[in-house]
Amino acid sequence: MTVTFRVNGKQTTADVADDTPLLWVLRDVLELKGTKFGCGIGTCGACTVHVNGATVRSCQRKVSTLNGVEVTTIEGLSSDGSHPLQKAWEELDVPQCGYCQAGQLMSAAALLVKTPNPTDAQIDAAMNGNICRCTTYLRIRAAIHKAATMKAADSNGANRGASSGASDA
Amino acid sequence: MTTTTTPVHVNRRQFLRVTSIVGGGMLLATYIETATSATAWAMTPADFVPNAYIKITPDGIVTIIAKNPEIGQGVKTMLPMIIADELDVDWKNVRIEQGLFDPAKYQPGQGAGGSTATPQNWTPMRRVGAAARAMLVVAATQTWSVPESECTTALGVVTHRASGRKLSYGQLVDKAATMPAPDLATVKLKDPKDYKIIGTKVPGVDNHAIVTGKPLYGIDITMPGMLSAVFEKCPVFGGTVKSANLDEIKAQPGVKHAFVVEGITPLNLQGLVGGVAIVADTWWQAQSARKKLTVVWDEGPTAEQSSVAFAAKSLELSKQPPQRSLRKDGDPDAALKGASRTVEAAYFYPFISHSPLEPQNTTALFKDGKLEIWSPTQQPASGRRLVAQTLGIQEADITLHITRSGGGFGRRLNNDYMVEAAWIAKQVPAPVKLLWTREDDVQHDFYRPAGWHYFTGGVDAAGKLVAWRDHFVSFGEGDRFAPSASIGATEFPARFIPNFELAASVVASGVPTGALRAPGSNGIAFAIQSFIDELAQAAGKDPVQFRLDLLANTPIPNPPPAAPPAGGGGRGGGFQAPGFDAQRMTGVVKLVAEKSNWAKVPLPKGTGMGVGMHFSHMGYFAEVVQATVAKDGTLKVDKVWIAGDIGSQVINVSHSENQAQGAALDGIAEALGQEITIVKGRTVQANFNNFLLLRLRQACPVEVTFLKTDNPPTGLGEPALPPVIPALCGAIFAATGKRIRSIPLSKQDLSWS
Repeated sequence: MTVTFRVNGKQTTADVADDTPLLWVLRDVLELKGTKFGCGIGTCGACTVHVNGATVRSCQRKVSTLNGVEVTTIEGLSSDGSHPLQKAWEELDVPQCGYCQAGQLMSAAALLVKTPNPTDAQIDAAMNGNICRCTTYLRIRAAIHKAATMKAADSNGANRGASSGASDA
Repeated sequence: MTTTTTPVHVNRRQFLRVTSIVGGGMLLATYIETATSATAWAMTPADFVPNAYIKITPDGIVTIIAKNPEIGQGVKTMLPMIIADELDVDWKNVRIEQGLFDPAKYQPGQGAGGSTATPQNWTPMRRVGAAARAMLVVAATQTWSVPESECTTALGVVTHRASGRKLSYGQLVDKAATMPAPDLATVKLKDPKDYKIIGTKVPGVDNHAIVTGKPLYGIDITMPGMLSAVFEKCPVFGGTVKSANLDEIKAQPGVKHAFVVEGITPLNLQGLVGGVAIVADTWWQAQSARKKLTVVWDEGPTAEQSSVAFAAKSLELSKQPPQRSLRKDGDPDAALKGASRTVEAAYFYPFISHSPLEPQNTTALFKDGKLEIWSPTQQPASGRRLVAQTLGIQEADITLHITRSGGGFGRRLNNDYMVEAAWIAKQVPAPVKLLWTREDDVQHDFYRPAGWHYFTGGVDAAGKLVAWRDHFVSFGEGDRFAPSASIGATEFPARFIPNFELAASVVASGVPTGALRAPGSNGIAFAIQSFIDELAQAAGKDPVQFRLDLLANTPIPNPPPAAPPAGGGGRGGGFQAPGFDAQRMTGVVKLVAEKSNWAKVPLPKGTGMGVGMHFSHMGYFAEVVQATVAKDGTLKVDKVWIAGDIGSQVINVSHSENQAQGAALDGIAEALGQEITIVKGRTVQANFNNFLLLRLRQACPVEVTFLKTDNPPTGLGEPALPPVIPALCGAIFAATGKRIRSIPLSKQDLSWS
């Protein structure tokens, strides 16, 4: 089937079997390799993207449900790595192997849109679906706090971020 | 007393080779001259070396090759840091490129395992950087006609102190490239107090690419015309294909090829195992077709095996005399009879999986008799050898690209997925990417072997540990342990107890086993350290003090070095580590007790602290865990304190903390809920819904302190993991009075009243 939707702000058409998960459309049709395959059953969060601003496990979202939606992937979180979360991740040297971090960043970005200054408990709740096999969790938590501070300091700037211009699903 | 490290490859000498780059710049490569093949790598001046260690161009940009596989341990940043510091360049002007697998160019070898990269490369990498710097200085002194002693270097610039004249490395490279290469063995190295990059926080060189979603990993490889493959293996280990509905599979959308792979019955399944390959235009098409696949398997003898039967066999063996003795000191029987108090306990740890987050994959292209491979592998050397042997082609006809790995943890020391991809690619006239599912990965791992320790120990009237017996039951056959299922005859507390026996029996099994982060140690430390706690309790001693007392004993001298036990690989990549140094361990035990306020702060009932210490991969680690157990048995890990001694330098201060914290939390995850269960010769668990990795909510603070000692720097990927498990179990005992002799904790009742 052919579906038409927007990915990172660009109108996109994909012609694939209707049970194809969004993950594989992103990775193998659109050549956006930033979104990762980890478990295929929605338990690890490596494939997290935003659909209409809300976090979605792209390995579980069939392409047949995507007509007209707005998808944001890690490649669209910012054009140049300038999202406060991306900057905080680099400043605090969060990654070890790095494989989960795109999914972590997408979950964290959605959290900060709704909860600009989250507590540890709010971070734990929002991020508990994202596994980091290297267990860089302490730095992930610290980097989200740091990004929240940077965002607050930057609040007069452009409303950048994955969900800008999109309403929550 | 301090321990000194014997230089690795002591019989080899490393030489430097310098080449001019057409268009400007210099290139430095090393080569090894071995005692047996004196000129094997010698090059003529006309040779061009496209992938040397260092390339400096006239714009001052320094490109350093990262030769070892990056699996998250930080080596792609750390090894170039060592070169760059001795070269005295500005890290901002350093670019890092991942090297191809090429043993002719990159020595010491290109592997990721056993925490060996630091000890093996510390001196060679410093020499490479220092030699390059020396040549640039000579080029400057010749330009200025001044003596070397009047020149200094900093941030990629040579300065003549007296006149203030300066020349950048970029201005000097063309002249430096014509200089004779200095002797690496005698090149002057920096005084450690002058380090500017080593010992600082340097962020990972791929961080920006990671946070912006750039393709980096094996799974991200793509090329025009590439097909995707899946590979179905028998759920029973070692099973083979009798028949499959290939015609139906070939008719599925997008499927280009479907065929049976006979496989070669390999030792411990460390090679090409039989199965069915499906190759399609896209991976989802291949995987969708796989769901329609029906295979009739010959399950083979392993189908009779199960975890329950292994445990029963172990119990039976524990009641019999051990099959063999690994070590005996003094007279354990008499000492146990004469002991004032004795303790008996049986300890168990289960099979567990590695589960790196990036599923196994490899891309391969077979064309005109030559093979090109892109693979996330920890051990490219053995991978290429395995592929060459299995496909019947020359290693020289295989080009192997090392990609970044989405985690390793020892899983990618085995290259089974690489040889599968290569075999499939040989049948297909296009590049092919083989990608496993998570289920493939969890169910076809080389598991951390389960193990049982049947202990008896005795303390005398003064509370001194006088007798120890460990009947270790593991997997193997005859006098051969299965991979990573062995125990060393010098494993602590061997040598520190006058009457000591370590003996072993093995259970035959068809379950593949292999090295998991801190192999051997990750299970052994739990059992041994926990039993030390039990004896401390019997002696009426504090667990920290009991350990310090034990370490203060005069050790029984080590016998002359012998060959490691057969089949016991995976304890450090073949790296010959020096013996256990009680003084270094004492240092970290005291430090962690101080940092954690051990026994200084009264804790409420239900909260306790435990301690563990372990020496592995040349690193000394002592760790304290504080945990709280609710009356209903709900466990919360409150905090971990780590004290580690990995020598005189912590090379990358940022990543080392990350590694140590990760190791401790990884160990906690293993203890909390990880278990692989075998039923009818196959793995029950299949994905992260039943093989449990740590979640953010479970991550407690981990405070890391390094004790710097006058010893060569050693590795950090592994040694911080083992002590945390017994420390956690000790904390649970302190909180509840319940002794944990079996993990995972999810199967234990921790409730108390």
